[in-house]
Amino acid sequence: MANSHTRAKTQEKVEAESEPRSTASSDYGKGALRQGGGDSLNGVDPEVAVRLMRQMLLFRRFEERAEEAYAIGKIGGFCHLHIGQEGSAAGTVGALHQDDYVIGTYREHTQALAKGMSPNAVMAELYGRVGGCSRGRGGSMHLFDAEKYFLGGAGIVAGQVPTATGVGFAIRYRGEKRVVLCLLGEAALNQGAFHEALNFAAIWKLPVIYAVENNVYGMGTAFYRVSRTHVDDRALAYGIPCHVVNGQDVLSTYTLFRRLADEVRHGSGPHYVEIRTYRFKGHSMSDPVSGTYRSKEEVEQRTEEEDPIRILKERCFAAGVMDQEELEGMDAEVRKQIDGAAQFADSSPAPDPVNLYDYVYAQTSQHGRLFLDGRDDAPGDGGAEA
Amino acid sequence: MTPPATVVQRPRVAELTYREALNQALQEEMKRDESVFLMGEEVAQYHGAYKVSKGLLEHFGNRRVLDTPISELGFSGLGVGAALAGLRPVIEFMTFNFSFLALDQVINTAAKWRYMSGGQFKVPIVFRGPNGAALQLAAQHSHACETYYFHAPGIKVVAPATPADAKGLLKAAIRDDDPVIVLEGELLYNIRGTVPEDGEHIVPLGKADVKRTGTDLSIVAHGRSVHLALQAAGELEQEGVDTEVVDLRSLRPLDAETVLASVRKTNRAICVEEGWPFGGVGGQVVSIIQEEAFDWLDAPVFRVTQADVPMPYAKNLEQTAKPSLERVVRACHRVLYGDGAWGDDTQ
Ligand SMILES: Cc1ncc(C[n+]2csc(CCOP(=O)(O)OP(=O)(O)O)c2C)c(N)n1
Ligand SMILES: [Mg+2]
Repeated sequence: MANSHTRAKTQEKVEAESEPRSTASSDYGKGALRQGGGDSLNGVDPEVAVRLMRQMLLFRRFEERAEEAYAIGKIGGFCHLHIGQEGSAAGTVGALHQDDYVIGTYREHTQALAKGMSPNAVMAELYGRVGGCSRGRGGSMHLFDAEKYFLGGAGIVAGQVPTATGVGFAIRYRGEKRVVLCLLGEAALNQGAFHEALNFAAIWKLPVIYAVENNVYGMGTAFYRVSRTHVDDRALAYGIPCHVVNGQDVLSTYTLFRRLADEVRHGSGPHYVEIRTYRFKGHSMSDPVSGTYRSKEEVEQRTEEEDPIRILKERCFAAGVMDQEELEGMDAEVRKQIDGAAQFADSSPAPDPVNLYDYVYAQTSQHGRLFLDGRDDAPGDGGAEA
Repeated sequence: MTPPATVVQRPRVAELTYREALNQALQEEMKRDESVFLMGEEVAQYHGAYKVSKGLLEHFGNRRVLDTPISELGFSGLGVGAALAGLRPVIEFMTFNFSFLALDQVINTAAKWRYMSGGQFKVPIVFRGPNGAALQLAAQHSHACETYYFHAPGIKVVAPATPADAKGLLKAAIRDDDPVIVLEGELLYNIRGTVPEDGEHIVPLGKADVKRTGTDLSIVAHGRSVHLALQAAGELEQEGVDTEVVDLRSLRPLDAETVLASVRKTNRAICVEEGWPFGGVGGQVVSIIQEEAFDWLDAPVFRVTQADVPMPYAKNLEQTAKPSLERVVRACHRVLYGDGAWGDDTQ
């Protein structure tokens, strides 16, 4: 695990040589990102490497299509792309078992796909159609799939952190061998909810992995501007082991998460990982890619140097598990799959307004509508007539 | 001594957006009073998520315009403490949806310190930011938050509908010695209107404004719903109905006199708001009307609100859930003719 290190509560805080310790600029973490694991696959199975490549291509093409669809108004509201961070989705979620839980943020399209949700259902949700994974009620920020144990899709920064911790509580309560992966952005570390939740996970040894995607910025604010400590320091205070991994190197990320998930499943208690990554696009569709908070040069340089797909490609080519032709073939297949998803979304109908009152409570009135005081025929406008 | 000849001066006005009017209010109050400062997520370098604080960092520096971490509870409480110690903080919530994280500091501290200390302390703080649904932002980002705040004694709540009111109410809020919640309309930032350039343009808290006079029917609204009400009044005019639109502007204190005077004149009223119906602003208005103007009423008072569901993402569902021109006009028809007043309007 060349690019990660572990610190337990009892360990002296060691300055890892490879770790640039200055957080005083947006260069933070870059050193770690550049050192690759040579041209090997880091001990990862060639089959797995190929699977991760396909996954990342799928994520990239999916997000590119979402970007296009947003531009022509097929997708509305807020839409946060994960382009540049695909290694983090594939390497974390992709390392879990099918019955492990995942809960993430509003930047969660790719994690949903990584958990095995169908691109059709995810795209249809972005389009606000009944065929969507949340039946058109949630949209881009609120993807769900109970069968795949994908719990959202949380729009409130750090809101999912206590929730994930509660899922961990339920797993331990029932004595199951499962893991919950909680994805969060580095900007969530300054919320009280984060701190309270981590303390619970630590004292009750809950089976949670907190995976912090440090993409340097929370909207327009670089982490060093709002913290005097490092991202990987934040869980030490609660006695949770902290790790750092280069998220642009999917193989390292995958290897680390495989190991941690195994440990957690066997009762280690929580782990905390800083995934160093970079957001290639704007915060959301209304935010320019570069501007007041980061320069065009910075984005261009990091996009060029730290593309997780390119990095894996080079490793796969060097290890001889894939060549250019195979990669192009794979990309063509993935593009077809995305075309299919967009077609599915397009042809899925909008939700019927008659069902406006569905899903608010377990039961609705005989009119399929929930009145304010429980009476079926209560007077008044009572909201919208469906 | 002869008094100096009075020169009638026309107040200088400018055509501004709602956003610019708020910006002007902040600029003027920060210039006037050293103790006023602005704090919130992305307010300084990024000029605010909705660009309300454009130029303030450049003008006032980072001592008075402060970017915060994403820590709503922390910076709201910090603001309350600063207010207790004599400053006049303006706290921006990136949107009011995120203010729920800070609710404890607002309700349990800001609203109560004066009372619990037997009047020894004051908390002159403003919490402001966009409120209400925008477009397809789904359930967690589409709250109309007025009722969470106006429920609590110790807090004042305003919701400007026009650029002039936005400027005047924000200035009044900053100068007020109690905590004031300023609910800006997320979809109003780009609307234009004339705004007095006068540094003393103050809209007093607790004063409603009749935005259109009429004799047949009153629509009571606030914030963005005022525009819906005015549109509805325009439609009704085609049918020969003369509608009065009362813009509450302040929700607490609520200007009962203006509402009652309007209802006593028109004898019919509806309330329009973007929030949910159960325990909504309209519920309070209706209660005042029935207690004090019951004998003047010719029809029940109806309310048009967001449907009683979390906001759906899908465009068509969202449109169905939001108060619409159609629904406002229909509610007006119902109180005008009385027929079907107690029926189910789903048919
Ligand atoms: C409680 C809360 N405050 C503010 C916001 C607005 N907001 C949405 S995303 C975001 C930045 C979060 O950054 P980070 O956690 O680093 O995740 P990233 O977007 O970089 O993936 C902010 C401020 C919010 N959604 N919730
Ligand atoms: Mg971030």
